[in-house]
Amino acid sequence: MTSPHLLWLLAGVGTILVLASVIGEILRARLSPAGDNPVIENLNARINAWWVMVICLALAFIAGKPGVVLLFALCSFAALREFLTLTTHNRADHWSLVACFFLILPLQYWFLATDWYGMYSIFIPVYAFLLLPVVSALRGSTKDFLIRVSETQWALMICIYCASHVPALLYLQIPGFEGRNVILIAYLIFVVQLSDVLQYVWGKLIGRTKVAPNLSPSKTWEGLIGGTLSATAIGTALYWMTPFTPLEAAGMCLLITLMGFFGGLVMSAIKRDRGIKDWGHLIAGHGGFLDRLDSVIFAAPIFFHVTRWVWSTT
Amino acid sequence: MTMLRTFAARVTGLAISTFARFITAPRALWQGIEPVPHQRVYFANHTSNGDFVLLWTALPTPLRRQTRPVAALDYWLTSPLRAFIGREVFNAVLIDRRPEARSEDPVTQMTTALDQGSSLIIFPEGQRNSSDADLLPFKSGLYHLAKARPGFDLVPVWIANLNRVMPKGEVIPVPLICTLTFGAPLHVGPEETKDAFLARATQALLALKAPT
Repeated sequence: MTSPHLLWLLAGVGTILVLASVIGEILRARLSPAGDNPVIENLNARINAWWVMVICLALAFIAGKPGVVLLFALCSFAALREFLTLTTHNRADHWSLVACFFLILPLQYWFLATDWYGMYSIFIPVYAFLLLPVVSALRGSTKDFLIRVSETQWALMICIYCASHVPALLYLQIPGFEGRNVILIAYLIFVVQLSDVLQYVWGKLIGRTKVAPNLSPSKTWEGLIGGTLSATAIGTALYWMTPFTPLEAAGMCLLITLMGFFGGLVMSAIKRDRGIKDWGHLIAGHGGFLDRLDSVIFAAPIFFHVTRWVWSTT
Repeated sequence: MTMLRTFAARVTGLAISTFARFITAPRALWQGIEPVPHQRVYFANHTSNGDFVLLWTALPTPLRRQTRPVAALDYWLTSPLRAFIGREVFNAVLIDRRPEARSEDPVTQMTTALDQGSSLIIFPEGQRNSSDADLLPFKSGLYHLAKARPGFDLVPVWIANLNRVMPKGEVIPVPLICTLTFGAPLHVGPEETKDAFLARATQALLALKAPT
């Protein structure tokens, strides 16, 4: 699975993290020697969590297809646990919720691992969509029925279906790119997350005009434009490790950074509605799995299908 | 043999709390008190058999080692496996809920455990709450314990969501995040009546319910 290009990318990310850690420690020494400046402490917690996330991802890449599929199945599990904690359901939904975790999730990743595209691309939108409400209906409770089944379906689509399109990139067959598909995953995650980080940095530096004041105080037009454009520029400069030409790479980067931004926006709207700041607490400094994955989850299916449509032979 | 049992108890305890973490990713919010290894009595709402496992899991290791749940003998001694888990794994203080059948007074059993240096987990409702009310009326045990050992902090702990993870009568748990909120400690006043104290303890526990 490892290719020289992947090693280059990982080395680059490692260098960025070393730099970030050094800067974080310098800022802490200067501004927060007693650990009492929340912004600095949060920044350092975020950087440390990035180390853990990058190391997990690198280990999964080394372990090959099974490793990557397993990693994203676990991420789906954690994300689904966060999402369904906040949705409307009652005792009548017990068996359908059990099915979400212990039947639908493993099946989706099993279809993926066996490269059954015709199944994994419709399993949740068709079969789970039609059959799961039956389980709830058979228990007889009609209170908030449509709300309950819709929110559960939304959770499945976001946390399992969309997230599983990241490892699905491993199964595309792109002429001249054989054996290097893992680069597509690394590239997608790198560009989208870099865009998130740069939106945060640009927003903190020059952010003035809020995109959606009701939704998120930290999303500004300056951050959005600065972040997506600079991430697109860096992504374009890395075109040589992808199947894309520079112009195509720029287009793809713009597409996925925008989708990533929309993902953050939509998921913020849900959090706002439910009156919470973070989806979870397991990733120190970032919040939950969904807080970190929201942009990748929105970008992955689009990136997958455009790549498949234009470049793949399958 | 004893060593083997102790080892098996350790491993089983670890397996149970790992499973609890996998299902509920428990989050402890220390709002009114710090997680330091002082001897305490934790009292919590009771909606599921998993309550004390989750509270036990959410405590930092040094606190967990010295904390014993107070549980119903008539439930935990009904099978050899339950007895092993109740006695050896969780080192529970097993009290008999049937006044006519018991040989030992539950409050005396609890004060003995406190005097031996343990912290306690108790459920003052005395039984699992499967009603629509947030709490059932407290039994008087909490008051008598507080009177008998007035020096100890009584820490209210609200356990949220576990009733949705494992509703009464279901076998397979649904993974959902559970939150445990630890509130400010209570002490019984010298002149305080039983009813006044139990009402105050109930209010202190309910006050932790609001989502944060």
